[in-house]
Amino acid sequence: MGKKTLMTGNEAIAEAAVQAGCRHFFGYPITPQSEIPEYLSKRFPEVGGCFLQAESEIASIYMVFGAAGAGARVMTSSSSPGISLMQEGISYISAAELPCVIVNVMRGGPGLGGIQPSQSDYFQATKGGGHGDYHVLVLAPSTVQEAADLMMEAFDLADKYRNPVMILGDGFLGQMIEPVEFKHMSSTDRPARDWTITGAKGRAQNVVKSLYLKPDVLEQHNLGLHRKYQKMIKNERRVEAYLTEDAQIIIVAFGMAARIAKTAIKILREKDIKAGLVRPITLFPFPYQTLERVAEKVDNLLVVEMNLGQMIEDVKLGVCGKAEVHFYGRVGGMVPNYDEIVADVEKIVKESR
Amino acid sequence: MKKVFERPKSMYPVSTHYCPGCGHGIVHRLIAETIDELGILERTVGVAPVGCSVLLYNYLNCDMYEAAHGRAPAIATGCKRVHPELVVFTYQGDGDLASIGTAEIIHAAARGEKITTIFINNAIYGMTGGQMAPTTLIGQKTTTSPFGRTSKDTGYPLRVSEILATIDGAAYVERVAVNDPKNVMRAKKAIKKAFKTQMKDLGFSLVEVLSQCPTPWRMSPRDAIKWVEEKMMPYYPLGEFKSPKREG
Ligand SMILES: Cc1ncc(C[n+]2csc(CCOP(=O)(O)OP(=O)(O)O)c2C)c(N)n1
Ligand code: SF4
Repeated sequence: MGKKTLMTGNEAIAEAAVQAGCRHFFGYPITPQSEIPEYLSKRFPEVGGCFLQAESEIASIYMVFGAAGAGARVMTSSSSPGISLMQEGISYISAAELPCVIVNVMRGGPGLGGIQPSQSDYFQATKGGGHGDYHVLVLAPSTVQEAADLMMEAFDLADKYRNPVMILGDGFLGQMIEPVEFKHMSSTDRPARDWTITGAKGRAQNVVKSLYLKPDVLEQHNLGLHRKYQKMIKNERRVEAYLTEDAQIIIVAFGMAARIAKTAIKILREKDIKAGLVRPITLFPFPYQTLERVAEKVDNLLVVEMNLGQMIEDVKLGVCGKAEVHFYGRVGGMVPNYDEIVADVEKIVKESR
Repeated sequence: MKKVFERPKSMYPVSTHYCPGCGHGIVHRLIAETIDELGILERTVGVAPVGCSVLLYNYLNCDMYEAAHGRAPAIATGCKRVHPELVVFTYQGDGDLASIGTAEIIHAAARGEKITTIFINNAIYGMTGGQMAPTTLIGQKTTTSPFGRTSKDTGYPLRVSEILATIDGAAYVERVAVNDPKNVMRAKKAIKKAFKTQMKDLGFSLVEVLSQCPTPWRMSPRDAIKWVEEKMMPYYPLGEFKSPKREG
């Protein structure tokens, strides 16, 4: 700790979990995230952790349910098709208000799709994903260092809200090697957990459940969850604003797409086009207010995604008609090209003169 | 005067929501008595299924989870891996365990997960109103096999105990019934043995219970008992299919 080491994004995520005090992992292999379980299967024995390769992603997420209910710091990781299989369990975990961390290293879909990087699970991650009215907190790192930092914080956020937290990365971030330093956890003290399953010793029975047969009771449960999501919206919105102060056009992108956008912005500024970047770091809660603010200062925004337009819907909600919202996206594992972003921006600027 | 019939300490003093003649209530009581007799109420954890017995935690007063349909063994695994000192059991119906949850039960057994499963085989989906189960007998009428189950269209009923007994990680597997007092006593002995198998860290243990389900079977409680004896027992023979290796 306190020293920079070279690591892939996947390894950094795994080590960050260890540093954050996570000692239970349940998962099933899938490209491009298998380095996370592989790393932990080696690393956990050194720290007395429990690594278990489950029979499926369905079993994985319910093992997470069991371990989280028992009070452990627990995680799973997968990639898009596996995360789809987990959705029922994520709904149950959200309903039972259990803290856990879920990593999705996204690949191209739909269906088996491909194994190359993608951002096409934005809707699934931010709008619920499974059945019922719920949200998971979604963090989208764009560097290996940020992946490590957010991973460590994810466990605290999960505890704070008794809610699943998802790290939404992509195959790029997972495979990319960068220097990383693990921040010192000031304390691994966790909030009191008097609701956990530990055996009913000296207290009444605890039950971890999600069934409420009476409609008025279920409504109250839903309203309670809703209040919690409102608290997340109030307290946890995070966004990076890069060169937005003097910008004449704003690019909006998250994760890997945002890195490519930054390169494009540097080139554009050399060409005297003042472009800036808004990079949502939390995708739920989404930083609508930031977009509302920038939309008052520019006429055009360009949303760049590795999908065919998912986050753009939230951008438009934030912008609320105050500026024009354009889109550039690549899919299937094809990567947005900074030259194409530059060309798009030049065209937008020219046409709006 | 000595009390001969007492409510087990591990049970709440409430009546159950089950149909008259249902097997679930009997099995709940046997589990509660086992917990009492082993003195493990403070370290026992149950996992309730999705099925008629979803509200098991309203009757047993140990710590409990309520699972998703079929996933109880995975949840039990997560709990046991965090707290190896606890005694963790799942309680599952035949739709839950032998249909939607086959992968989870097979792999819990394969891992030799140190949990106990009480498996209620009533040859039908009770909670959803009597549809065909993977354990429904050939010829048996259900709401989704209205003319009687045929092997031509829907294959054959699964013998779960026999299947699980072939798995090395399964330490103890027995099939019992609760049709008469003698078999109820045997069922109790089996449940206790299953819990002890777990407590001795010998591996996975499962007790399959042939159970009456009069309402969707469209029978009186008395006829349901006869049906278990005449139809279920010949296809699902009672007995121990796997015995724990080291018994103390
Ligand atoms: C994923 C999912 N699919 C279907 C259901 C509906 N469902 C609830 S209980 C049940 C069958 C229960 O039958 P069984 O396991 O045999 O238990 P019993 O009610 O007979 O005790 C079904 C299909 C559900 N709750 N969840
Ligand atoms: S439907 Fe069957 S299992 Fe359900 S309560 Fe009635 S008798 Fe029992």
